[in-house]
Amino acid sequence: MTTNKNSFAYKVWDFFCSLKLSIFLLIGLALTSIIGTVVMQGPSREYLATLSETKIRIYSALGFFDMYHSWWFILLLYLLTLNLICCSIKRLPRVWKTVFEPVLVLDERFEKSLSTVKELKISGSKAQLKDKMAEFLKSEFANPVITEKDGEYHLFAEKARLSRLGVYVVHFSIIIVFIGALVGSFFGYKGYVNIPEGGSIGEVQTRSGKIVNLGYSVRCEKFSVSFYDTGAPKEFKSILTVLENGKPVPGYVNVPTIVNEPLTYKGITFYQSSYGQSDEGVVYHISVRDRKGGAPLKLTARQGERLTLPGGAFLSIMEATADVRPFMKDFDGPGAQVEFTPAGGKPQPFVILSEKYEAFNAQHGGDLIITMDGLDQKFYTGLQVAKDPGVWVVWFGCFLMVVGIIMAFFMSHKRIWARVSDGAVTLAGSASKNPTGFELAFDELVQKLK
Amino acid sequence: MSSSMLFNITMVTYMVSTCIFFAFLASKAKAVGLAGTYAALFGFVAQTAAIALRWKESYDQGHGHAPLSNLYESVVFFSWTIILIFLIIDFRYKYRAVGAFVVPFALFGMAWAQLSLDNNIEPLVPALQSNWLMYHVITCFLGYAAFAVACGISIMYLIRDKMEGGNSAPAGGLLSMFPAIKVLDDLNYKAIMIGFPLLTLGIVTGAAWANYAWGTYWSWDPKETWSLIVWFVYAAFLHARITRGWVGRRAAILSVIGFAATIFCYLGVNLFLSGLHSYGK
Repeated sequence: MTTNKNSFAYKVWDFFCSLKLSIFLLIGLALTSIIGTVVMQGPSREYLATLSETKIRIYSALGFFDMYHSWWFILLLYLLTLNLICCSIKRLPRVWKTVFEPVLVLDERFEKSLSTVKELKISGSKAQLKDKMAEFLKSEFANPVITEKDGEYHLFAEKARLSRLGVYVVHFSIIIVFIGALVGSFFGYKGYVNIPEGGSIGEVQTRSGKIVNLGYSVRCEKFSVSFYDTGAPKEFKSILTVLENGKPVPGYVNVPTIVNEPLTYKGITFYQSSYGQSDEGVVYHISVRDRKGGAPLKLTARQGERLTLPGGAFLSIMEATADVRPFMKDFDGPGAQVEFTPAGGKPQPFVILSEKYEAFNAQHGGDLIITMDGLDQKFYTGLQVAKDPGVWVVWFGCFLMVVGIIMAFFMSHKRIWARVSDGAVTLAGSASKNPTGFELAFDELVQKLK
Repeated sequence: MSSSMLFNITMVTYMVSTCIFFAFLASKAKAVGLAGTYAALFGFVAQTAAIALRWKESYDQGHGHAPLSNLYESVVFFSWTIILIFLIIDFRYKYRAVGAFVVPFALFGMAWAQLSLDNNIEPLVPALQSNWLMYHVITCFLGYAAFAVACGISIMYLIRDKMEGGNSAPAGGLLSMFPAIKVLDDLNYKAIMIGFPLLTLGIVTGAAWANYAWGTYWSWDPKETWSLIVWFVYAAFLHARITRGWVGRRAAILSVIGFAATIFCYLGVNLFLSGLHSYGK
């Protein structure tokens, strides 16, 4: 890098080291990120139908439908990473030297490189002034190092030198976060699974469509949902049991899993995510009784199942609900839409309700009165399944980032030099951060000295 | 006394404070500036009491959660954090004129909340039933508030910069109460130095919560993306500070853009885009 400043390699290197590139990339990332918040990511069919064909073609060519994974967005992220690595490599050695091998002598050449300089005429010999300045810096700033050179005294004092490394801690932390994200994407997966109540699963389909074998199985014992009086949901809860070789694992039996309280077993975590009514699981309960009297006969049926009734008639339950209120005004309780076929007759569709509505139920059914007693509704629970071995790397990166930002922001490496000769003091200073703020503090210091 | 009454008192006090700060710019009397700060402080105390009372009221109603759960509560909290950051900067640096450009943000928030938002205390939906809610909301809003203060200061910078038209002679009139242009630039930077770490913490706590609740610390949800956009803008600002030619006017403009992005992240995403942060809609 040192030989030829005009060589191509040097120019490339210089380009990747430049702060202008950082600003350009940060603003570029900010601007391009907007696209993915406006264009639907992983678009639904309904959404695509609202776009013209040309738009769809342009958007997919530019990767707008999966923008944050498009080649050019990833490229911007890689460029940013490369930029901050280059910047760090270029600047770190110099900063290291500044931190651990400070310039102790304020000679004329060095003075010219500093923007905050003040010459003061103060009466007194240089030895007196040296002691006075040392005392002054110690009480107002920091304990100085005194060097004598060419008949003049040089004082150097500094504060919070390590804060200069804060920036590099932040840059390093960003790389750590990216590494964590890569580890997660290579060695982890995200999936989704529905488990009906009473059912269990041993594999999960990931978002990329792969089937992953968990190595154990998870059974949903029960799912329940509760509501506030306002009708807003209060709690979604799955009771889960982990099974190894079909046997429940101690400590993982009947674990309540709710939103914000996931279940983790062997590095795989299950998150309560959604639920629904499981169709196959529903069992209907009805009773059938002779009009002339006698004990009712209790029957159970599944959806669409054809039951044979006493006297040779058939009955199928087409659909049913636990509460008919939304469908039938002035009625409540369970109800079912059934198809009744008398012996040798044609199918008759009608509705049956609970035994509270005997007169209603008596309108149909020939010699029989059929009553809807209720149904066992079964839910399925929808669980997000995630395995991410990189997540701790990401948290470590985040922790470093916060520490680095605090070092870099709330601590400024402030340095003050004083060159003392007979009757004159030249004061110079510099700060790693916020030169404007430092200048104000420096002016105050000079005022106090006057 | 109910929290709602106290919030009304808060709103009126912020209005009074704003008026006093404008009177300060016109009158140039130091005592008036101090009165503006005290009015803001009084409003802040009333608002703190109101938030505490609302918290207690939620327990009385059997819901029992911190008042940080819907749009009304977040707007109120936002205005509280703006005044908090303003008071910190005011007590530390004592540039009273800044109040005229910052307190109005808090006033606007309170007025909007009190006059047109639904202030019912609602129970928490399952997704919000977590301690992460507090960590996440508090850090984010303190960050947003610091950016609001920085934006107010940057507007002062741009006004002063324009009026003085490049010559360094200090301007008279209303501007004479403005801090010097160098000071405004510095204050802008200081406010962002408060805001950036808090925003970073807000994003990190949000990611931690998302990972805990859904198993994904980052899913490019519009809210997440916009918070990152805000982060990028202020990161650019911070790098611009150490690049020649980017201090001063350009820094002030970046700060205003950053706050516009912040507001879009906070409100625009909910109003115009869909996603996970629906404020219990």
